Amino acid sequence: MNTSQKDDQFYLARKAKNLRLRAKFMQSVRHFFNEHDFLEIETPLRIPGPAPEEHIEAIPSGNWFLQTSPELCMKRLLAAGYPRIFQICKCFRARERGEKHLPEFTMLEWYVAHFDYQDLMDQCEAMLLDAFRNMGYPRDITWQNKKIHLESPWERITVANAFARYSPVSLSETLNQNHFDETLVQYIEPRMGINRPTFLYDYPPELAALARIKKSDPSVAERFELYIGGLELANGFSELTDTAEQRRRFEKAAGARATKNWQNYPMPEKFLTALENLPPSAGIALGIDRIIMLMGDTTQIDDITAFPPESL
Amino acid sequence: MYTASDLRKGLRLKIDNEPYVIVEFNFVKPGKGQALYRTKLRNMINGNQFERTFRSVDVFEPADLREKKMQYLYKEGDKYCFMDNESYEQVYLTEDQVGDSVNFLLDNIEVEILLFEDRPIGISLPNFVEVIVTEAEPWAKGDTVSGATKPVKVQTGYTILVPTFISEGEKIRIDTRTGEYLTRVKG
Repeated sequence: MNTSQKDDQFYLARKAKNLRLRAKFMQSVRHFFNEHDFLEIETPLRIPGPAPEEHIEAIPSGNWFLQTSPELCMKRLLAAGYPRIFQICKCFRARERGEKHLPEFTMLEWYVAHFDYQDLMDQCEAMLLDAFRNMGYPRDITWQNKKIHLESPWERITVANAFARYSPVSLSETLNQNHFDETLVQYIEPRMGINRPTFLYDYPPELAALARIKKSDPSVAERFELYIGGLELANGFSELTDTAEQRRRFEKAAGARATKNWQNYPMPEKFLTALENLPPSAGIALGIDRIIMLMGDTTQIDDITAFPPESL
Repeated sequence: MYTASDLRKGLRLKIDNEPYVIVEFNFVKPGKGQALYRTKLRNMINGNQFERTFRSVDVFEPADLREKKMQYLYKEGDKYCFMDNESYEQVYLTEDQVGDSVNFLLDNIEVEILLFEDRPIGISLPNFVEVIVTEAEPWAKGDTVSGATKPVKVQTGYTILVPTFISEGEKIRIDTRTGEYLTRVKG
């Protein structure tokens, strides 16, 4: 459908407020990380292959792939002695399109040596509080007619406790039935970050392929997700630094992918070698589009992106 | 057969030998988790609705529905009458069966009547219809193109949000699937 030039102007003009929010958020992020002695880096969008994950499929680009995440190259830098790095970049994931998903989206990813996931939750909270303040939300934000209080400290709840509190099915039962994602989406996510932002943490290890197992409780992995207003915004964890264990997890994921006839990626050998030098560290990926949805008070990712793919 | 990635609003599936249409569709994918396709399905015969979540490995049988081109004639009581222009056969649909399509049911418009086992059960409109704006506030002088909208009434009585530069008497194109304004039609 061809729209007239006037209509094109109309659709783009109505996004002006959200495009300004996006620009301002980027500025705030860069300011925060510069103040905290981080190095902004760039890694290639086009790579030989991403880390094999059971549920994420890459988009081919020639004989290589567009990155699904910048994690492999960023962790190689971390292992090479860059202790605080961040990046704002595009990531690409095949067949992910919905109200909250674009196949091409913008990620903020950062890593800190000698941090664990609890330290990173603190830092994520500080960074976002700084951004909320800079953008005119010093105390609270209204999203979809609901007021969300932003004062520190934000809520932290384990996956096990969230299931006990909100799900009619227990965590172990839903895992046995292979129904974790469905239960999470239906009963848990809509309750996360409603009155104030919530970190959901301590995931079953099988749902945290690159995260470290918790020493004091081997039944969980040190992974967390940040939710505000039921929107999933960020995923972080204490990095797994055991090369042999990481290789086993990659092989397991590659096997699961093969049974679905998904694409085969080369094993990321250089990353696995680098892992031997990785200090204990933590990393997090935050979906910038989702944050702008929150600040722009919209449930539609298309509203905060100038050009969704269908508009091209 | 359909796969989960074919699912979208409006798609018609056969489940337990009955035709269903997807009335709400949402792609969700929790972090690191699998893609889930949350749907609300409406039984196309009795109108019952239920929610169901599918996975990317699920496959679906298309509903074997026949569509027949017919012309809308008139409304009689609470029934809408349509005619096949070749056989002159006439069929009737109830208000429930016509549903939201009534908003774009222009006089003599050609529509597809849905038949399930030769029974008329519903209507599908062309994806795009052109309608005349019958009531609109005038465009304020000096207003430039902006993202602002205003409500106007079109010839079927339907009220719709359009850009402020649209004025009374103009023709606009509407997407009947979303009920939303698409573009101005230069007449």
